[in-house]
Amino acid sequence: MMKRKATVNITECVACGCCMKVCPRNAIGIPKGVYAKINRDLCVGCGKCASECPASVITLEVTEP
Amino acid sequence: MKQKKKWYDYLWIVSLSYLILGYFNILFAWLGLLCFFIPLIIAVVKGNKAYCNRYCGRGQLFSLLGGRFGLSRKKDIPKWMRSGYFRYGFLSFFFAMFFLMLWNTYLVFAGTKDLNTAVTLLWTFRLPWRQAYHGTLFSEGVAQFAFGFYSVMLTSTILGLITMILCKPRSWCVYCPMGTMTQLICKAKNVTSSRKS
Repeated sequence: MMKRKATVNITECVACGCCMKVCPRNAIGIPKGVYAKINRDLCVGCGKCASECPASVITLEVTEP
Repeated sequence: MKQKKKWYDYLWIVSLSYLILGYFNILFAWLGLLCFFIPLIIAVVKGNKAYCNRYCGRGQLFSLLGGRFGLSRKKDIPKWMRSGYFRYGFLSFFFAMFFLMLWNTYLVFAGTKDLNTAVTLLWTFRLPWRQAYHGTLFSEGVAQFAFGFYSVMLTSTILGLITMILCKPRSWCVYCPMGTMTQLICKAKNVTSSRKS
């Protein structure tokens, strides 16, 4: 089955942390204050971060199983 | 699982009280310097944006009004608004206006200019704000800075509210000068730290 996971456009990410706050799996962190990093092992592709992101730079991309 | 609320999830109350207090006594505006220095100190010392991520009361206020209260259209922000040109351009403009404000404060300190008890909205519209002035113990410049700083805070809140309604709740975060500045600091810091290792 194809799985979709959140992917951040790191060049346009503003590192505000909105995605981090809504993520129900705590899969997102902003370790260095430059862009959000998604832990793909934890991400279930729910899309909450994508709809929250004020810059709309998170998309759900199909990943290999 | 829903994350448990922490103490810092209530900092929007502080941001809201700040705006309200400034209506009654302008000298409270000085407290706003905390929102200037804390993010910068965190960025310089720790090299992250913990301020934006956790403690920013203004961001929380926007996500509360736009999210929970549904005052936002929740549309994507226009592409040009999240471009580097706009973000850095807005930061420069904000800085220029900030220094102009400091210059006006200096002139009042120096005695060449009289105290102007008005709040300037969007760098243009003068709003009489006399009710908030009850004299100062020191120079009138202290009050002038407070009026200037409160103008900056109120102006940015209004801009944030406008984009909150039109775009996503926290769209202010995209072009917030403090956010852009702390991200720049983090970028610079992480370049140097990756060179070291």
